[in-house]
Amino acid sequence: MRSGGDGRRSVAIALASTVVFFAIVVFAVTHAPGWPQVRTQFFNWEEFKSTFPEIARAFVLNIKIFCIAEVFILVFALVLAVLRSLPGPVFFPLRALAIVYADLFRGIPTILVIALLGFGAPALGLSYIPKSVIFWGIVSLVLIYSAYVSEVYRAGIDSIHPSQEAAARSLGLSRAQTLRRVILPQAVRRVIPPLLNDFIGLQKDTALVGTLGAVEAFQQSQIDTNATFNFTAYLCAAALFVAITIPLARFTDYLIARDRRRRQGSFAR
Amino acid sequence: MSDALVVERLSKSFGSHLVLRDIDVTVAEHEVVALIGASGSGKSTLLRCINLLEPLDAGRIFLGGEEITHPRDVNAVRRRIGIVFQSYNLFPHMSVLRNVTLAPHDALGLSWQEAGERATALLDRFGLADKRDDYPDRLSGGQQQRVAIVRALAMQPALMLFDEVTSALDPELVAEVLEVIRELAAGGMTMILATHEMSFARDIADRVCFLDAGRILEEGPPETIFTAPREERTQQFLQRIIEARRL
Repeated sequence: MRSGGDGRRSVAIALASTVVFFAIVVFAVTHAPGWPQVRTQFFNWEEFKSTFPEIARAFVLNIKIFCIAEVFILVFALVLAVLRSLPGPVFFPLRALAIVYADLFRGIPTILVIALLGFGAPALGLSYIPKSVIFWGIVSLVLIYSAYVSEVYRAGIDSIHPSQEAAARSLGLSRAQTLRRVILPQAVRRVIPPLLNDFIGLQKDTALVGTLGAVEAFQQSQIDTNATFNFTAYLCAAALFVAITIPLARFTDYLIARDRRRRQGSFAR
Repeated sequence: MSDALVVERLSKSFGSHLVLRDIDVTVAEHEVVALIGASGSGKSTLLRCINLLEPLDAGRIFLGGEEITHPRDVNAVRRRIGIVFQSYNLFPHMSVLRNVTLAPHDALGLSWQEAGERATALLDRFGLADKRDDYPDRLSGGQQQRVAIVRALAMQPALMLFDEVTSALDPELVAEVLEVIRELAAGGMTMILATHEMSFARDIADRVCFLDAGRILEEGPPETIFTAPREERTQQFLQRIIEARRL
């Protein structure tokens, strides 16, 4: 696509403009009147070193919440999306239910759902439901993110041309086989980038479970901050979140590129 | 009964637009019937109705003497009727081999190995053996359409429907697809083909039906239809084709 000389030139331009941009930002920040105080309050290396191990340990909880919630979200959202794509008047109640669900859980702020379930459900005092706030935090995240992810799946399903379904059905495949073999595999491939977008959102929102008292990275950094009146701990937590999301984004780019290469071979169309 | 397909008084409308009216068609076993007519005359809709991809408004369809108009198992009927579309409609996320083996495995219950053997034999027969592991996007239009034909044949259908299968192809790729259809005809396959390739229809068909505004206006042996058409509309249609140098 880009030939050698052209490529080197654009890399050079990109590099130069990046360096200039950051030089200006750094200059503006370090010459601000409040910078000396901000530096000791937010960018304190000693503080960073002493709080990092603790926060990193707490961050493991964020990763656990993320991974568990993600699995359930992927499955539950797919069920919702499929329900919503069912044709015919017979399935109207199911379709309506899926629509109401998506509207409701996309409408309520995440932190409210977490507070309602996290404080409310254990307070019921029912012996057969878990009391762990982490459990209810995960349930809240699954409920909310499934609503978003089901919309992403649905967009993917709708983007598959009806001729694909016609081809599959004309071969004698049932509706369920057509969905499983032909429609969903293509739909899911198409929506990987927006799915990742939601995963990154979920990864960040695991911090909200901290509001229930679970000691995850954000809650831990708040404990540290309250003890020392130094905000560098927040920076630690932020760095940990970014360290997870960036590789996730690059990995998705790689998956998309690999899929395209495999399907189109050497000549890109 | 030697009639492979009987269509009786079939009518179909989209909204208030009547696309097919009182269509009667009978196709004998091993017979090749060509549907000709202008775009929008109802050729594609007729094929899609026969395959039960479009619900009928009125009329009855019999396949091998058995009524299939409102079958208990629509999938079982479709397994016996192959259809090939203008735009190939291969599954882009599957290799050629998987495109061909999917329906025999899922719908006929063959093992992947049995389906694979059947597919390999067919791909071999139509010169596509070296493409079996490629993905559809890597193939030319002509190759894709041949794979689509093989995919339908892998179900061993009693009847094949071809819906303007060369219309989306570059002119130099048309011949290889027509060659496949010719070979199927020679092998005794019962077929209905909607086509704009008049010389091919003339060459291969046992009978030609001219559709005009949703009716079969005229039908008969190709020689009669192409050289001495009765109806004025047929004459006009063929005249336009000749002017466009497609005959």
